[in-house]
Amino acid sequence: MLVYLIRRSLQSVVVLLAMSLLVFVGVYAVGNPIDILINPQADQQDRERSIAALGLDKPLWLQYALFLKGALTGDLGNSFVQGTPALGLILERMPATLELAVVAMLIAIVLGIPLGLWAGMKPDSLSGRSIMAGSILGFSLPTFWVGLMLIMVFSVMLGWLPSNGRGETRLLFGVPVSFLTVDGWRHLIMPATNLALFNLALMIRLTRAGTREALLQDYVKFARAKGLSNARVIGVHVLRNILIPIVTVIGLQFGSLIAFAIVTESVFAWPGMGKLLIDSINFLDRPVIVAYLLVIVTLFIVINLVVDVLYSALDPRVRLADAKG
Amino acid sequence: MPSELPKSGLLRRLGACIALAAALAVAPAASGEELKIAVAADVTSIDPHFYNLFPNNNIAEHIFDKLVRMDADSKMIPGLAVSWKTIDATTWEYKLRKDAKFSDGTPVTAEDVAFSIDRVPTIPNSPGLFTPYTKSIVSKQIVDPYTIRLKYATPYPLSPNDLSTIYIVSKKAATGATTEDFNTGKATIGSGPYKFVRYVNGDRVELVRNDGYWGDKPAFDKVTFKIIKNPAARMAALLSGDVDAIEQPPTADLARLKNDPKLTLSSKISHRVIYFNFDNLDRSSPDVTGKDGKPLATNPLRDVRVRRAFSKAINRPAIAERVMEGQAVPSGQLVSSHLFGYVPTLKPDAYDPEGAKKLLAEAGYPNGFNVVLHGPSGRYVNDEQIIQAVAQMLTRVGINAKVETAPMGPYSAKASKQEYSVTMVGWGASTGESSSPLRSLIATYDTATGSGAVNWGRYSNPKVDYLITQALQQVDDANRLNMLQRATELAMSDVAIMPIHFQFTIWATRKGVQYTPRTDEYTLAYQFKVAR
Repeated sequence: MLVYLIRRSLQSVVVLLAMSLLVFVGVYAVGNPIDILINPQADQQDRERSIAALGLDKPLWLQYALFLKGALTGDLGNSFVQGTPALGLILERMPATLELAVVAMLIAIVLGIPLGLWAGMKPDSLSGRSIMAGSILGFSLPTFWVGLMLIMVFSVMLGWLPSNGRGETRLLFGVPVSFLTVDGWRHLIMPATNLALFNLALMIRLTRAGTREALLQDYVKFARAKGLSNARVIGVHVLRNILIPIVTVIGLQFGSLIAFAIVTESVFAWPGMGKLLIDSINFLDRPVIVAYLLVIVTLFIVINLVVDVLYSALDPRVRLADAKG
Repeated sequence: MPSELPKSGLLRRLGACIALAAALAVAPAASGEELKIAVAADVTSIDPHFYNLFPNNNIAEHIFDKLVRMDADSKMIPGLAVSWKTIDATTWEYKLRKDAKFSDGTPVTAEDVAFSIDRVPTIPNSPGLFTPYTKSIVSKQIVDPYTIRLKYATPYPLSPNDLSTIYIVSKKAATGATTEDFNTGKATIGSGPYKFVRYVNGDRVELVRNDGYWGDKPAFDKVTFKIIKNPAARMAALLSGDVDAIEQPPTADLARLKNDPKLTLSSKISHRVIYFNFDNLDRSSPDVTGKDGKPLATNPLRDVRVRRAFSKAINRPAIAERVMEGQAVPSGQLVSSHLFGYVPTLKPDAYDPEGAKKLLAEAGYPNGFNVVLHGPSGRYVNDEQIIQAVAQMLTRVGINAKVETAPMGPYSAKASKQEYSVTMVGWGASTGESSSPLRSLIATYDTATGSGAVNWGRYSNPKVDYLITQALQQVDDANRLNMLQRATELAMSDVAIMPIHFQFTIWATRKGVQYTPRTDEYTLAYQFKVAR
């Protein structure tokens, strides 16, 4: 176990290094950020001054070396446009995104698994078919369009929910969260639903497929023959066995929910990390782009690790040392 | 609108529950004294000297005063300074008003003005300081607490224009303060019509009325600026009543908005001119090829007849009417009609495709040539559509034009290095007069003097340069106006750049709220009124 964790950590460092180098070179190739950052009224000397102030006058390798030196002490540099530490900016925005992603994931799990089970058990019933038809919509409708439609219906036409932004926040262990207030939930429910739709559909389909396959297995027949109640057969024997692929997908999808909440965040003006990334790309705000991607990569690494650990808990046959990094 | 509940039983009950919850939560927000405005761009800092960026300045306009302000037509009006005059050829004297107080109660004095000007170049890690407006000041002299003199190296007529961009901070509060101290509000002490309450990065800025303000009392005592960059989301926020006003509603929706009885539109010609640069370098121009597809040995764009042909080929009124939905005025010069330096007799080139063909033939290109037009996407109102339209019009006179657009960042990085032949861009005359575009866009590129910094085409005409340099030394307004107008006429007769139009800036408000639209594009809370 320990050896496994150490090996994984070393791999992670290599990934993080490669990532930061790619972003550095990528942003450098796009152009000099000063060209967009500086007010056009500035003349050549003002430009030179700004270029020097942001350290962009140094050769790329030296800029990267300085970045690495700072990164070792936890300093990922200052945002060009905000003048404040890039990592701080991301951590400041992270609770909003995490909250959105967690609620979206919960919606997907809490609704998706039961619906999938139902559809798997009664594949030919009207309800089973309807669930499957609905899940196709969840897959195929573009997020931004669904988001705008939700706003049109629930904010503009019915006036029930606010169209954008994050509600009132309370501090929970020093972190501002909005799920403790009514206002917070009113703001949260639409973007979270919008973000959940794709994963809801995914959960339904995965669970249904797993259930249908499991129902044909010998152990289910045997359990039934033993006279166990239907609830116990489904709830324990079937569900536990189909959970492994579902946990994998939840893990992977949770990462991408965080990373790709961008669309939902911009449609609902949700002040999360995704919105920050888009703004930073528009400004070529390299320190923030690098820091954001490093944070996301780290998140993916941690999530994958958690998923691997969960495997071994769910399936005693899985040993961590054998798992491929 | 709970009266429009769906009819089915379960849904109705569910709907009723949600509606009740919504009504309960909405109730306290229904006060008429608060104004919520959705703005289109991110505020990156509250420090008014950190970064010369439009959305930051838009917020600073509320919290901080300036010596000289701009009215809605970009004319200079007294701000903290009640009057200003030249003492000798190179010295300006500003008299401060005595009734201006910072929000902590201390009076605004010449000390604070001197401190603010000194603070400008000292801000670390800035991507763009306000130094263009302060670096000409050689020294400052505080005559008495309400009089300050600024000394320049040469006669400098633009001193009041420059100072209309510098926000005055409190020396007491801002001494030693960092940019972060402004973001948290610790150092954010100003003398403007509003006081700072809260800044939530990427989300909102909250302000409250400054009752100690010397000027007109704003109509709303609480103001929230919400940052909603997505135009459709901004529109939805207005339609749903989450905000009272928005800037830049999507142009595609304008026709519908005009007919919506619940909304009011206000618009005004902007100080921003949309124009094209031509490659003036003596080389085989990168994007120009002959009809056979081979590069041309000489650069046809250096020939004024070719540039004039471009201009004549363009149907500016059609672009303003169709592409811009009427939200633009065709232009034949650098600044719009109410700004200093406008030439009343200078009209945009009339649409004349035959004349354009004739000029091309005279210049030795009877069959035209191929060219690629470059421009930004998503930077100016309908920018890509404008370039498309221009390309089609050029193709009609034989100049086979293709279009390539990119986001402003990568585009401007290449365009400013002369990697393109014909480039579209916009310029806002933020100091309210024509010397800034003349000096930045038309004057010869020169790193030593800082002129022609945005002269992407590298146009160069010594006569124009001479007139601009002379004008910038003329403290007398009439003389300066005359020279700026002559410089503009000369540059335009040369088609140094090809102006297309001045775009309009548009605001949409809910009925009951009215905005006095501004040429400088700012969305200022104190310009909103309750409509009777």
